[in-house]
Amino acid sequence: MAIKDYLRQKFFPHMWCPGCGHGIVLNSMLRAVEELGFSKNEIVMVSGIGCSSRISGYVDFHSLHTLHGRALAFATGVKMSQPELNVIVPMGDGDALAIGGNHFIHAARRNIAMTAVVMNNRIYGMTGGQYSPLSGYGAIATTAPYTNIDHDFDIVELSKAAGATYVARTTTYHAQQMTKILKEAILHDGFSVVEVLTQCPTYFGRKNKLGSAADMMEYYKKNTTPIGSKAKAENPDLLERGVFVRKDLPEYCSEYDKVIETAMKGRS
Amino acid sequence: MKTVLEGSHAVSEAVRMARIQVMSAYPITPQTHIVEALSEYVAEGRMDARFICVESEHSAMAAVIGAASGGVRTFTATSSHGLALMHELLHWSSAARLPIVMAEVNRALGPGWNIWMDQTDSLAQRDTGWIQLYVEDAQEALDTTLQGFHLAESINLPVMVVLDAFFLSHTYEPVDLPEQADVDRFLPALKPRIRLDTRTPFAMSQMAPPGVYMEMRRDIQSAMERAPDHFARTEVAFEKVFGRRYGAVEAVACEDAEVILVMTGTAASTCRQVVEDLRSEGEKIGMLKLKMFRPFPVNAIRKLLGDARKVAVVDRNFSFGASGIFAQEIRAALCNHPNHPPVFGYIAGLGGRDITPDTLKEIYRMTRDTDHPQAESVWVGLTTEKESR
Repeated sequence: MAIKDYLRQKFFPHMWCPGCGHGIVLNSMLRAVEELGFSKNEIVMVSGIGCSSRISGYVDFHSLHTLHGRALAFATGVKMSQPELNVIVPMGDGDALAIGGNHFIHAARRNIAMTAVVMNNRIYGMTGGQYSPLSGYGAIATTAPYTNIDHDFDIVELSKAAGATYVARTTTYHAQQMTKILKEAILHDGFSVVEVLTQCPTYFGRKNKLGSAADMMEYYKKNTTPIGSKAKAENPDLLERGVFVRKDLPEYCSEYDKVIETAMKGRS
Repeated sequence: MKTVLEGSHAVSEAVRMARIQVMSAYPITPQTHIVEALSEYVAEGRMDARFICVESEHSAMAAVIGAASGGVRTFTATSSHGLALMHELLHWSSAARLPIVMAEVNRALGPGWNIWMDQTDSLAQRDTGWIQLYVEDAQEALDTTLQGFHLAESINLPVMVVLDAFFLSHTYEPVDLPEQADVDRFLPALKPRIRLDTRTPFAMSQMAPPGVYMEMRRDIQSAMERAPDHFARTEVAFEKVFGRRYGAVEAVACEDAEVILVMTGTAASTCRQVVEDLRSEGEKIGMLKLKMFRPFPVNAIRKLLGDARKVAVVDRNFSFGASGIFAQEIRAALCNHPNHPPVFGYIAGLGGRDITPDTLKEIYRMTRDTDHPQAESVWVGLTTEKESR
């Protein structure tokens, strides 16, 4: 199937700003689905609220555009009712980790099979650039004009600690790596977290004087490195990207079926 | 000083001059401009306040409740799903008798996602014990926010100042911006009746068994029953300093009117024009603008509408399975009045659809030409009449 066949072209042009990284995430995600050979009907995309969440409108899968922060809770309901479907949950950093933080850690803890994609642009873009839990200490935002004093989460560490069985990080500069990671994450039988650093030139970039969208992507190129690289050993400030966790633990829906089987003691 | 302000910023200015000490909020369109401006004022040192940017509206109200329990003046703002998420804490804040003021920008609830004007979000919170005041324009938004603190603190109940999404929150109007000294005269520093104090420790919000709970609820209602008088006093004090007053309700050309339209929010401004236009054509139309919704000003409404010929309520909201919410309340207020007039219910302008002068003229004519209201609400301006699924 051609990539474009996965798009709801009637909803274009999309609403993202020029230079926004979210389109690259959409592109890499569609390539991953295409390379895996899934039909449209095998995928459910569940999103919350924010710029990132609009992605569910542009894909011709089953899609649910839900409440701010609650995408994973809705997705859990979808997966429990139709475990054979592949559930992809794109979220923004505020959506996933501020208002939806509780759902995030508990979905990870349960190890329910779905792919949480955290599109981390470090800001609330849709509402005009307020700081998020990923803006980080020292960042500028419309609600922090003299720098932010909140410290940020490390999404990878948080996911690991919460029990996610597949955890990866990449950036919009590394679009091919993103496709590769997403493929693996979607196939993984458990809760997968993929953090994608994605540029918001309109708010985060402008407020923090990070230059154009291309400059911000250049930053991702220069300031990230593959996990365990020599460069990391020489420069510990570099941010690692790649797959941090890949482990097999019992998956929630399968375990649930086993409980039913045990309780029924062979009766139907 | 006359200046031109966005509706949202009229609220921000009032909050700044009210010298609030703690505010907390979470971004949501179309409320965001209000707190965005305030966060700048705080950062620039124009306000001596703390701004807490939290991880959800639920936390925002919790933070404000905590601050108000410490005896300081507090504020928050939200909209739509943000308000729905606060629901639990709305009950909590009123029952804790904390004088919190909130700006609530009326916005539709999803799905389908809609960020535009609709009153169902605030009206769905009618049973939470919050005083609700609906405003028509930027000046009234500013003035009512100041009055809100005065009223809340006089009676220890929280106050919600409700304004229309976009039609008011994002439009610019000339506004008379008060002098700080005048605001201080009208609204002196908060003297909290409830305040956590290490010298006289006490426990807040503890278990209330059946032996006391009912009396506590009755106390809230007693405060609500006194609220219209307190609001009148607030208005007298406000008028003394600023020369303006609004009233819990306002009657426009109602004396000899054969049809009185009941309006709220910015649509009341549209209706003023319609009243003028139709009066010049000899039509006997009047308008009742409802500012106060909680407590519902039953006595004022009985006085102004009890002997009317016909009443037409324009609801920009809906209670599914029933009718427009203002219409329900008006009917309930009038049902024990000896001459209670027929009350016609119209639904218009949901989800940001315009209520134009023509919409209101159509509502007027339908009411004038119909003897008895039908049981169901009349939905005005639907684009399809097809059978619903």
